Amino acid sequence: MVDTSVTLSGWRIDNPVIPASGTFGFGYEFAELYDINCLGSLAIKGTTAEPRFGNPTPRIADCPSGMLNAVGLQNPGVREVRERELPRLAAYFRKKVVANVSGFSVGEYEKTVEALSGEEQIGLFEINISCPNVHGGGMAFGTDPAAAAAVTEAVRRVTDKLVYIKLSPNVTDITEIARACEAAGADGLSLINTLLGMRIDLRTRRPVLANRTGGLSGPAVYPIALRMVYDVYAAVKIPIIGMGGVSSARDVIEMMLAGATAVEVGAANLVDPYVCRDIVEALPTEMERYGIRKLSEIIGGAH
Amino acid sequence: MEQKIFTVTENLPLTAAVYRMRLRGDTTDVQCPGRFVNLRIDGLYLRRPLSVCDAEGDCLTLIYKTVGEGTERMSRMAPGTRLDLLTGLGNGYTTEKSGPTPCLVGGGVGVPPLYLLCRRLRAEGKRPTVVLGFGRADEVFYAQEFRALGAEVVVTTADGSCGIRGFVTAALEGRTFSYIYACGPEPMLRAVYEQTACGGQYSFEERMGCGFGACMGCTCRTKYGNKRICRDGPVLEKEEIVW
Repeated sequence: MVDTSVTLSGWRIDNPVIPASGTFGFGYEFAELYDINCLGSLAIKGTTAEPRFGNPTPRIADCPSGMLNAVGLQNPGVREVRERELPRLAAYFRKKVVANVSGFSVGEYEKTVEALSGEEQIGLFEINISCPNVHGGGMAFGTDPAAAAAVTEAVRRVTDKLVYIKLSPNVTDITEIARACEAAGADGLSLINTLLGMRIDLRTRRPVLANRTGGLSGPAVYPIALRMVYDVYAAVKIPIIGMGGVSSARDVIEMMLAGATAVEVGAANLVDPYVCRDIVEALPTEMERYGIRKLSEIIGGAH
Repeated sequence: MEQKIFTVTENLPLTAAVYRMRLRGDTTDVQCPGRFVNLRIDGLYLRRPLSVCDAEGDCLTLIYKTVGEGTERMSRMAPGTRLDLLTGLGNGYTTEKSGPTPCLVGGGVGVPPLYLLCRRLRAEGKRPTVVLGFGRADEVFYAQEFRALGAEVVVTTADGSCGIRGFVTAALEGRTFSYIYACGPEPMLRAVYEQTACGGQYSFEERMGCGFGACMGCTCRTKYGNKRICRDGPVLEKEEIVW
């Protein structure tokens, strides 16, 4: 028997497969299709202090080997997440979740994390400082090392839970931001968020997305994500959750060889709702094919 | 929702740009009118959502207009092509509130989902009027098929080259119905909503990511909070619509 378990800063999960925030809702739609307890964990929809409608539609555009989204952090707000969504999810999912948190000010990140910090159900906080689809917040914190460090420090102060910072690929040197977060007390890093992109409708000659631009995800970004995980692994000592276009068990293994301890699967859930279950089921066979007995031993194995 | 493999049995043009595709497969969860399927198309990343025109036995009928890469690729699919579909998506229309004389209003490619609805209403002994709006005479499709179901059919064309000249609203003037079922472009839905006094169900369209409620790509506001067109819609009750 192979061992698929991995440990994120002391939190052991059965396997490294985690559906990424924003592609899995709060899990219910998928719980109708399969027993989601097969997953390592799941990352809940990005949560902000107040409820958000998000951006006007269209919010979605198809792309070669991927997609753009400009949802803009639609979510019911932290109170609703704590009082309704997490208890509802507990009925379907026995494991701890990754709580993805976004904000428009350092104070808002603090407030949201504080409001969720007492929840047993949360395995770690994934602090999103990299949403490309909102204005005046989101990615602004993730493209400047000092701002990234300020959010990290503030969140670190208000919770004893694990704090992972989700990084933006829309920067010149992602390792600089990664190091700033590590120095500010992050337990780990999560990368990459989507790459800023756009599409134009030939008939109307206007951008397809109402927000004009959106975040690119899907297999198109996989090699970029892999390279960034590889570079960040070499630059920091804290664990990495790798993501960006992962669609198969082989992609998971490759991402782990680059340096990821766990792996999130995003856009693939939207086109193949069973993909995470299928990856979990395929992992042991793929591990055997490549002579891996203990998955955690291959982390960073390509360095 | 279920993921199922269907086989194309027929794929023919009804007009210059509108095609009818028939597929063989398990239609169990598309029996409710107004629901949709989400097709995986080789070479494209996102699936393409298409409303169900008819579902009977193991035959699924889809009618689509070639407006982009997905539908253009569909138009080139030969019989025998196997397709991966997510079926049973969306809430669909309900017939309980229709009353004896409902009106079904369809504009362009909003027409197809009304066909299965009309068939269900006729089976319940109701007397539907069907108003079909198109741009020109050569864009008209399915008027005969609705007549064959025993419905009163009124065609409108914007240029007057077939039926009543004008938009679907021209055919509604001075008439009263027990209920409205509408599907078409948003300006048409709004015009019908404003012109008619009775209750109704209106089917909306939006660009979708997943089609099953996970990505929040197609959210709209309603009087009862945010709804996902793909999961909580595409059919909204008249009283909840916010324009």
